[in-house]
Amino acid sequence: MSRLIRLDQTGHTTLAEWSVEDPRAFEDAVSAFREELDRGMFAIASLPDGTAEQITELPFDAPTVILRRPIAGG
Amino acid sequence: MPGAGLAGASLDAGALPERAAVHWRPEVDERSLRRSGRWWTLTTIGHTVPFLAAAILLIALKPVLTPIAIVLLIHAWAIPDLYAARGAGVLRPRGRADIEPERRALLLLGDLVGEPARACHARTGLVPERGELGTWVVGEAGALLIRPGASRVNCYCVNATGSDLPAADRIAHLLLALRCDERGFATVANLSFSGACWRLRRRLRPPHRDALDVARRTLAQP
Repeated sequence: MSRLIRLDQTGHTTLAEWSVEDPRAFEDAVSAFREELDRGMFAIASLPDGTAEQITELPFDAPTVILRRPIAGG
Repeated sequence: MPGAGLAGASLDAGALPERAAVHWRPEVDERSLRRSGRWWTLTTIGHTVPFLAAAILLIALKPVLTPIAIVLLIHAWAIPDLYAARGAGVLRPRGRADIEPERRALLLLGDLVGEPARACHARTGLVPERGELGTWVVGEAGALLIRPGASRVNCYCVNATGSDLPAADRIAHLLLALRCDERGFATVANLSFSGACWRLRRRLRPPHRDALDVARRTLAQP
C-alpha cells in the first residue's frame, strides 16, 4: 500500500492511499497531490534505502510520498 | 506560500526548488566549503591577532599596563567565542506543539531514520545524517555539517516556513530536503559559523554535544 502524506501542524496527515489493485484510488491520490503542489507544497518520494527524491509527478510505485513546506535560510 | 513564486527558474532535475529563491548563490561544493572555511579562519585570525599583538606590546613596553593587556586578551578570546555561540544557536529548540501532534510527527520521523538516529534523537532532540559533504546533525531550525576529518564544523540556519509545525516535523522537513539535494540544502541555508569543532562544542548544550560526538564518530566509520 502506497501513501501520500502531508507534513502539517497535526504531525502529519495521510491524504491518500493506493495499491496496484486499485487504480481509482491512485487517481484520487493524483488529484490530492496536484492540489497540494498548487498550494505551494513540495513533494518528496521517500525511498526504502533511506534516500529521497524531489518529484513533481506522483509515482505509482513509490511506497511513501511526503508533501512538505518550502524551507528557507533563517 | 513562499514556494509558489519559484516556478520558471532553471534548476537541475532533482534539485531543491528552493534554490531558485537564492539563485545568486553559487552551489555549495567541496571547493566552496574549503574556501569558506579558509575565509572564516582568516577572519578569526584578523579578529584575534591585533588584540594579541597589542596585549604583548603593552606588556613589553609598560608592564604596568598588564591589566589592560588582559582585557585585550579577553577580547581576543571572546570574539571567536561569540561567533561560535551564534553557530550553536542554530540547534536551539523552538516552541513545542500539543502532545498529540508532537507524537504523530515523531512517529513519522522515526519511520524516516534508522535505529541509531532514533536513539540519538531520543537523547538529544537532534538527528545525525551521513552525507557526501560530511555528517550532518539536523535540528528544528538548523543543522551542523561536520566536515571529513571531524575538526571543522559548519553551522547552518535553515527552517521550514510556518511556525505551527511540531518539532519532529521541522526536523523531518530539513532531513527530507537534505536527502534530496545535499548541496542545494547547504546553498539554501545561511552559514552562521564555520570553525573548530572544539570551539563550537563548548557553546553547545550538553545533549547537543552528545549529538555532535555521535556525528564525529559516524565520520570515523567506513
